[in-house]
Amino acid sequence: MTDSRSSAGSQDLVLDRVTKRFGSFVAVSDLSLTVPQGSFFALLGPSGCGKTTTLRMVAGLEQPTDGSIRLGADEISRLKPYRRPVNTVFQSYALFPHLSTFENIAFGLRRRGAKDVRKAVGEMLELVELQSHETKRPTQLSGGQQQRVALARALINRPQVLLLDEPLGALDLKLRRSMQIELKRIQTEVGITFVHVTHDQEEAMTMADTIGVMHNGVIEQMGQPGSLYESPRTTFVSNFLGQSNLVAGHIVDAAGPDLVVEVQGTKVTGLRSRAAVTAGDVWVGVRPEKVTLTRSDASPGEGWNVFRAGVVSDVSFCGVSTQYLVRMPWGQELIAFKQNTGAEAGLRAGDVVDLRWQREHTFFLDASEDAEAGVEHEDGA
Amino acid sequence: MTVAGASLLATPHPPAPARPRRPRTGYLLLLPGVLWLVLFFLVPTVALVASSLYDPTGSLFEGYQMTWHVQNYADAIAEYAPIFGRSLLYAAIATGACVLLGYPLAYAIAFKAGRWRNLMLIAVVAPFFTSFLVRTLSWKLLLGDNGFVADTLRTLHLLSPDGYLLATPLAVITGLTYNFLPFMVLPLYASLSKVDPQLIEAGSDLYASPITTFRRVTFPLSLPGLVAGTLLTFIPASGDFINSELLGNPRTRMIGNEIQDLFAAGALPVAASLSVTLMALIVLMVLVYVRRVGTEDLV
Amino acid sequence: MTSVRGVRRWVGNHLVLGAALLVLLYMITPVLVVILMSFNDPAGRLGYDFDGFTLDNWANPCGPYQLCSSLVTSVEIGVLATVLATALGTLMAFAMIRHRFTGRSAANVFVFLPMASPEIVLGSSLLALFVNAGFAGQLGFWTIFVAHVMFCLSFVVVTVKARLHGLDPALEQAAMDLYANPWQTFWRVSFPLVFPGILAAALLSFSLSFDDFIITNLNAGQTVTFPMFVWGAAQRGVPMQVNVVGTVMFLVALGLVLASGTFRRRQRG
Repeated sequence: MTDSRSSAGSQDLVLDRVTKRFGSFVAVSDLSLTVPQGSFFALLGPSGCGKTTTLRMVAGLEQPTDGSIRLGADEISRLKPYRRPVNTVFQSYALFPHLSTFENIAFGLRRRGAKDVRKAVGEMLELVELQSHETKRPTQLSGGQQQRVALARALINRPQVLLLDEPLGALDLKLRRSMQIELKRIQTEVGITFVHVTHDQEEAMTMADTIGVMHNGVIEQMGQPGSLYESPRTTFVSNFLGQSNLVAGHIVDAAGPDLVVEVQGTKVTGLRSRAAVTAGDVWVGVRPEKVTLTRSDASPGEGWNVFRAGVVSDVSFCGVSTQYLVRMPWGQELIAFKQNTGAEAGLRAGDVVDLRWQREHTFFLDASEDAEAGVEHEDGA
Repeated sequence: MTVAGASLLATPHPPAPARPRRPRTGYLLLLPGVLWLVLFFLVPTVALVASSLYDPTGSLFEGYQMTWHVQNYADAIAEYAPIFGRSLLYAAIATGACVLLGYPLAYAIAFKAGRWRNLMLIAVVAPFFTSFLVRTLSWKLLLGDNGFVADTLRTLHLLSPDGYLLATPLAVITGLTYNFLPFMVLPLYASLSKVDPQLIEAGSDLYASPITTFRRVTFPLSLPGLVAGTLLTFIPASGDFINSELLGNPRTRMIGNEIQDLFAAGALPVAASLSVTLMALIVLMVLVYVRRVGTEDLV
Repeated sequence: MTSVRGVRRWVGNHLVLGAALLVLLYMITPVLVVILMSFNDPAGRLGYDFDGFTLDNWANPCGPYQLCSSLVTSVEIGVLATVLATALGTLMAFAMIRHRFTGRSAANVFVFLPMASPEIVLGSSLLALFVNAGFAGQLGFWTIFVAHVMFCLSFVVVTVKARLHGLDPALEQAAMDLYANPWQTFWRVSFPLVFPGILAAALLSFSLSFDDFIITNLNAGQTVTFPMFVWGAAQRGVPMQVNVVGTVMFLVALGLVLASGTFRRRQRG
């Protein structure tokens, strides 16, 4: 495998203002993005946000209503799926039940009249560690094995882009975790552009070089997992990736190096680079794991923000950490995670605490957005 | 509040890709078969209705006059009403018998058969493999005056010493029931096998006795199969004449016999009007039946 | 739990199964009679009693006049009608499942109608057509053929549709994703997976055609098919070789079913 990353940019996947309408329903709206060649890109979003539709348009299984899709210099939007150098790993795997594992993997090669099929399939079987299963039918394989066959079947064709449609959804937790590492390893080894569609934000953050968070047919924010997580730009992203505490506030000073925001009678400061807006009403955001709960109201010290006089309303033990719900004097319940290092005794419901966090961990979002956007409710709403 | 993704070249809005005209393959695929059915099912039906309105004084050799002779219907119905009644009655009884015999069988195969399920299904379908006529003829043997069944019934005093089974309405109905039983069992089985066993368990969990669970859970869920089965049994049975001819006597003649003989004799208009009347009766009964049972799962 | 209650419980549990087995017995018995009678040495012409055991019937199956020729006619018509009905019906099934077009539900109903009509009506309407079209003198092999294709079509469509319904569309999409054009997709993915349904439809069609009497009789003219032969013989005295044919048909069909079952089990294992 040649290192395709050396010729960076030559075979980037480019979606240019792609729109897809089904009747009056707009599934994908004016979507533009560039996936650099050889990178692992995750398209992340809740069900119904349009990510699978986008993937299918790249595969050729749907036609865009507007816009174009390009691979390097080639316009591929009009090409049939069997003419695109793009392969898909389907959510249900779609393995051909009447063919053996060997024939499934060889399918694409045979259609293109490749010569040494046996050798290529053998190498692929080694890559996915299924050498002893080549004569078996898909129904005789476990879920994890089927998933690897689906992957091998697509990869063997050396596509320029490999599309994965929530391929790990049907696997149980432990298997999913190990497959995530596997996929990442394979992608790094093989160097092909991967576009991975998922609703699992942990999966996206683990595997991807770049994540695009998609909501209602548009990409709300795109970037590296770390920067997306630490600097969300919209309430949806802040709630969909991990969890966030969002408190209403008003910017009082935007002139200096830091932003100063008035929140419930307290002053909160934070970095300007973490602010989506720099004037007017904002949501002040901080991640629960960045929040420390302390009993006394000792002086916070330089560089810390504090909310005082919260009352612990719920304590949940989660193994690795403990989740605290703290009811603030203004009625809102905030969340704090504390890693169970075993160093100190935990807090109990009814304890009065201060919430403090370092000011660099604050982010600011546009107050006109819905603070509940992206929060997953029990009924799946 | 959208945030556009990474680099985009400042190109003008690209034109929408031309959508390929979807070829009308659907219609093409459908065409030959539909054409055949139109030619040899639809048109003949029209021809049949037309024939029923011919002047009965014509003949196959001389041809017929189309005189819109609706009187044919009046004549036919007046003369053959009792036979219509008898046919529908026999068909109804046979259908009822098929339900009584077929339901337990279907139920057993669906829920109680375990690994014998496939074998039992084969046993249901296997009699089909011998010819319809040959099977019916063997009933002639079974129900014969000196046969095993008649002898046994006489010993049990269910039959008088000089009583007989063959050439009776009972024999005809037995034949009808036998021949159409698979048509009842298979759709019923299909419906029952789709009932989630957990539903039955839920019934028990909610204090229903087995009989109540059956009445309120299983039976209603099997209705689509029951409707399909009764239709697939009743409709062909009402038009049958083989069983009546082989196992019955001149007093058990069904409408099928009459139509067959009239056609053989060349009395086209009368025979056609009988046919159309039969069809109309069936359609009427089916509509009433399906409306009452309230399900539309036919195919 | 007293043993009486235990017995009652056992009976209750097995009541349905017992009834079912009785019904099965009822269904199998005439077939056993057929097999038995194939070895019958009838005393008289109207032999409906088992008089003596003989292998003559099996040794000389084509003895009775017209038995074997009618058998051949039935098989010929059956094969031809099956081929055409299966081909047309499969195309229709694909159209109705895989393509969208207006009038799909109307097509569904239209296809169902022949299955829901009594044979006497189907047969007589065809006869009416032939007479009115001036073919009254040409009733025979080809009119029977036409009739058989007509009533087999619906059954083929329903059978293949049922199989096609269970075919995951993702499989065909996966094939296209893997460089198969529509033709290759059909031959290498759709067709092999639907094939069991097509085969079942063909077998069903053949048996419906072979066994048909009512429609055939009305449209046969001078041609004689096997059921027509049996019917005619029933008036004069059925030769026992008829039972031989019935037995052979039964065994062949049974053999096919069992063979396909083992084949499928071997495939899966």
